[in-house]
Amino acid sequence: MRVIYTLWMRQIKRFFRAKSRIIGAVGQPLLFLLALGYGIGSIYAKAGQGNYIEFLVPGIMAQTVLFSAMFYGAMIMFDKQFGFLKETLVAPVSRFKIMFGGALGGATTATFQGTLVLVISLFLGFRPAHWVLVPVAILVLGLLAVAIASFSSGIGSFVQDMQGFQAINQFLVFPLYFLSGSLYPLEHAPKWLRIIAECNPMSYAVDAMRDALIGQTHFGFAKDLSVLCATVIALVLFGTYRFQHIEA
Amino acid sequence: MSQDEPVITIDHVTKRFGDVVAVDNVSFEVKKGELFALLGPNGAGKSTTIKMLTTILKPSEGKLTLAGHDVTKEQDQARKSFGIVFQDPSVDTEMTAYENMELHAALYGVSGRDTKSRVKTLLELVELWDRKDTLVKNFSGGMKRRLEIARGLLHHPHVLFLDEPTLGLDTQTRNLLWDYVQKMSQSEGMTVFFTTHYLEEAEAAADRIGIIDHGKLVALGTTRELMKLTATTSLEEAYLELTGRTVRDEEVKPGEEWRARRRARMMR
Repeated sequence: MRVIYTLWMRQIKRFFRAKSRIIGAVGQPLLFLLALGYGIGSIYAKAGQGNYIEFLVPGIMAQTVLFSAMFYGAMIMFDKQFGFLKETLVAPVSRFKIMFGGALGGATTATFQGTLVLVISLFLGFRPAHWVLVPVAILVLGLLAVAIASFSSGIGSFVQDMQGFQAINQFLVFPLYFLSGSLYPLEHAPKWLRIIAECNPMSYAVDAMRDALIGQTHFGFAKDLSVLCATVIALVLFGTYRFQHIEA
Repeated sequence: MSQDEPVITIDHVTKRFGDVVAVDNVSFEVKKGELFALLGPNGAGKSTTIKMLTTILKPSEGKLTLAGHDVTKEQDQARKSFGIVFQDPSVDTEMTAYENMELHAALYGVSGRDTKSRVKTLLELVELWDRKDTLVKNFSGGMKRRLEIARGLLHHPHVLFLDEPTLGLDTQTRNLLWDYVQKMSQSEGMTVFFTTHYLEEAEAAADRIGIIDHGKLVALGTTRELMKLTATTSLEEAYLELTGRTVRDEEVKPGEEWRARRRARMMR
């Protein structure tokens, strides 16, 4: 436990020391929220779908976590290049603890940023349907963060440079985001898009949060949570497996 | 463990990377409390040997033992028994010196109470105690090295590995480093296993010297024995006699060139 705690704390300390990261972490989602929320919101309302900002907030929270927890993988890559990773790799500690401690830290800061988006959205007029369910939404956000941070740890353990990481962002992270239920309701999406989105774990995380925050769900909360938990387990295993195979 | 018992044994060890044989059937032992230098040209197999001893690489053949523990089979016990200062810096530059030490203590299971006094002793030894709360990114190359040595000693290792520890450091810092290392070796009966390209350091610090070339151990002994073996009058002449005078070019793995440039910048 001490190892996981210490590696977790390392990420927390580093995050709060880098003030620019906190500003950047909130700036981008805010832009999405304002531009999409107000830009598309009026058409959305005209189409008889109701309040788009309400619909959008859970999606933007998930986006924040996706991008931030994915960026955590770049930190693993830097740890590898700047040598610190070696210090942990020769330590008498299982690779699972090393991967998981750091990933939990990356997930915590990502969840913090996602929650910050929720706070900001309150100033934009967003109101959760039931305040008591807000912690449920944040818990779901946290699970998504653990899944993605574990995944990006695995990726960061073998990617060689920032270009490689950008490529993964282009080919994986953006599709995961845009081809999920984050930005639009899946009910009215074309069939091909709906099928892709139904295979995308992001859709389930967003759906669960939407259920908790505004009482709208596409898949149902039980299914959402099951898919999300299965994703967490699979990606933690993936990250651990990758860490076990690092040869420095 | 008695004084003469070997703390490191390398028994018919070979390491292949594809078709390349990096270490070729090497066997030798290092005694407890000894300061042992492994010398050799670039690409001779020095770092590969250290990496196998420190569990980073698995040998293709043969057996390595550290403080009585098989390095491949009893990995965690073997890992507890050594400290290492890598060729490249491996401290977290975004954290303070003290936090780097604390993290190491957690990784090696050094108890909270022991950590405080041990960290103070070691940071005082390497003259960084008054800088303990400074972020390491504000440290010079020499300060980082001193911190790494203190960190490597934190969990009372039986063996301290130093892979080219003085590369790029000025003479004053180099002298200081060897001073700390020798002090600790004497006070704790710790074995030191190091590689270097500075032969005068090996001559001054090492009890015995091993010379490795093309993956094979070509000679092993005290400076005097090596000079006698080659009928030369200095370690440098003996070394050149044993390894030849041609320049070796090491192949660079992707990403490593960039790292080397960065290291050169940081060490300045």
